[in-house]
Amino acid sequence: MITVNRLTKTFRVAERQPGTWHALASLVRRRYRIVDAIKDISFTLGDGELLGLIGPNGAGKSTTIKILCGILEPTSGHCEVGGLVPWRERVRHVARIGAVFGQRTQLWWDLPVVESFDLLRDIYRVPPERYRRTRDELIARLDLERLLATPVRQLSLGQRMRCEIAASLLHEPRVLFLDEPTIGLDAVAKLAVRDFVKTLNQVRGATVILTTHDMHDIEALTERVIVIGKGTILADGSLTALRRGVLAERRLWVHFTGEPPAVDVPGTTVRRRQGRSVELAFDPRTTSAYRLIAHVAAAFEVEDVHLEEPPIEEVIARFYAQHSVDA
Amino acid sequence: MTLAPVRPYLAVFRARFQLLLQYRAAALAGFGTQCWWGAVKVMVFAAFLSGPVASPMTLRQALDYIWLGQALLTMLPWSADPELARMVRSGDIAYERLRPLDTYAYWYARAVARRTATPLLRAIPMVLTAGVVLPWLGLARWGLSAPAGLTAATLFATSMVLVVALASAFSTVLDLLVVVTLSERGVNTFVAPFSVVFSGSLVPLPLLPDWLQPAMRYQPFAGLLDSPLRIYSGHLTGLDALAALARQGGWVLVLIAFGKALTGRVMARLQTQGG
Repeated sequence: MITVNRLTKTFRVAERQPGTWHALASLVRRRYRIVDAIKDISFTLGDGELLGLIGPNGAGKSTTIKILCGILEPTSGHCEVGGLVPWRERVRHVARIGAVFGQRTQLWWDLPVVESFDLLRDIYRVPPERYRRTRDELIARLDLERLLATPVRQLSLGQRMRCEIAASLLHEPRVLFLDEPTIGLDAVAKLAVRDFVKTLNQVRGATVILTTHDMHDIEALTERVIVIGKGTILADGSLTALRRGVLAERRLWVHFTGEPPAVDVPGTTVRRRQGRSVELAFDPRTTSAYRLIAHVAAAFEVEDVHLEEPPIEEVIARFYAQHSVDA
Repeated sequence: MTLAPVRPYLAVFRARFQLLLQYRAAALAGFGTQCWWGAVKVMVFAAFLSGPVASPMTLRQALDYIWLGQALLTMLPWSADPELARMVRSGDIAYERLRPLDTYAYWYARAVARRTATPLLRAIPMVLTAGVVLPWLGLARWGLSAPAGLTAATLFATSMVLVVALASAFSTVLDLLVVVTLSERGVNTFVAPFSVVFSGSLVPLPLLPDWLQPAMRYQPFAGLLDSPLRIYSGHLTGLDALAALARQGGWVLVLIAFGKALTGRVMARLQTQGG
C-alpha cells in the first residue's frame, strides 16, 4: 500500500548570465533559482496494483520515484510505502523494495552476473535456501542461464536489462519501481521485459510503479495511468478514460473499388486520402460505427473497410498540448 | 551465526578484494617503479648515513624503513576510489542508497579491500626482492633485514592491522569528499602530497628536523607508515612502540567518527539536493 500526500520537491539550481563578467561575479555571489520538480503530488496505490507514470521529460516522474525509493527527501508533503516513510526509515524501507533505473546499473560492472547476484544475496541477507529458489526461478523466467558467467560490461543492453530486473527481485521485494526499464531496448527485449513484468504483477501480485516514454509499455501493462506534467498530476485513471477524455474519435478507413468519390457522410470528416482509400473520423458518442459502415456500403462501391482508434502516442501528445506541457 | 550482522559488509569486502587482485599489469609496473625508487633512495641514504655520523637513525634502520616503505606504498590513501568517482559522475551513486546498509560501513568495507588487495600485490614481490633476492645475490647489507626480534615482529603485525584500519578510514573520508565536490581530481591533488610527506614515505620522519619531531609524532599520517616501520626496525621499542600503537588506534577512532558524521551530512545533502 502506497500513499502519497501533497508531495513537493524543490531544487536550488545555480544559474548565471552568460559572459565573463557574470562568471566572475558568480564566484562571489551565486544566484539560485528555485525549481519545483514536483508540486502537490497525491495518490494512493493498493497492493498488487500496477501503475504507469507518464509525462514529458523533466515532468517529475523520476523525482517522484526517487522520493518513493528513499533516495530523495521531499521539501514538503508526506508519503508512506507499506507503512514506512522512505527517507526516514531508509534502511528498513529499501530492504523491502526493488528498483530498476533503466539508465543506470546496479550490477557490478567488472563482475560476472552470477557474482553480482551472490553479492546482492549477502547485501540483502537473503537466506541461502530461499535465494537459490528465487534465483533459479528468475534465471529460468528471464532466460539468463547463458549470461551468468559473463562480466556485466560485456552484456548487450537487452541482456543487461534482463539481469537488472532479476537483480532487483532477488530479495523478493513487495514493491517494484521501474524507471524507464525499456529505454533503448529492441522490440524482442521490450516484449520480454513487458511479459515478465505482467506476470510478476498478475501472478505474483507484486505492486509495480513504472515510468516510461513508450506508450506501448503502458498499453500492454497498466490498468491505471498517472500523467505528470510540470510537476503536477494532470490525469489519474485508466487509459481508456484518458483516451475518451482527450481524443474520443474513431477512424474508419474505406477502400473504394474505383477512384474514390467525394465522400460527404453526415457526422464524419475526411482526415486523409491515400490512393483509393479515404480515412473518415467520427465521434462514437454521436455516430454509431455500425450505421456508418452500412451507410457507406450502401452509398458507394466499397471493397473493404476497417476501424481504428487513434494511436496512443497521438492521444498523449494531444493531451500534453491541451495542458501546454511540451513533450 | 555471530557473523550475521556484518555479512553484507564482508561480502562487499570479499568481492572488491578479489576484483582488485586481478590488476596484475598495474602491480607489475608499480613493482618496477618501486624497485627503482628503492634503489635510488638506498644509495642516497647510504651516502648520508655510512661512516661515523650522528644520526637519529642507523643506516640499517633507514634501509628497512625504505624497503618496507616501498613495499607498502599503495597503502597510503593518496587517491579516492575511482570506482566511486565514476558512480558520482554517472549518477549510479543513487543505487548505493538503495542498499539496506549503513552507507559509511558499506564504503569502509570497500576501502578496506582497496587498502589490502593492492598493497598485498605490491608488497609480496617487493619484500621477496629486498629481503630474499638481494641477500641471495650477496647484497644483504643493502637489502631488507628481518624484524628486530620477536616482540618487534608482534608489535609490527599489530601496527599493520591498525595501518589498514587507519588507511581505510582516510580513504572513506576521501570518497565522501568526492561526493561533495563531484570529482576526484581536487581531492587527490590536495591529499597526495600530505600523505606522501607526512607518512614518512618521502623521507623517514625521524630524519626531519628536530623542531618538527613533536608535531610529526602526533599527526595522523605518521600512523600510516612511520609507526610500523620504526617498530619493525627496532627504532621504536617498549613503551615508545606501545605509545605509537595507541596514537594509531586513537586516529582510527577519530577518523571513523569524523567519517560517520561526514556521511550523515553528505547523505542528507544528497537527499535534499539530488544527484
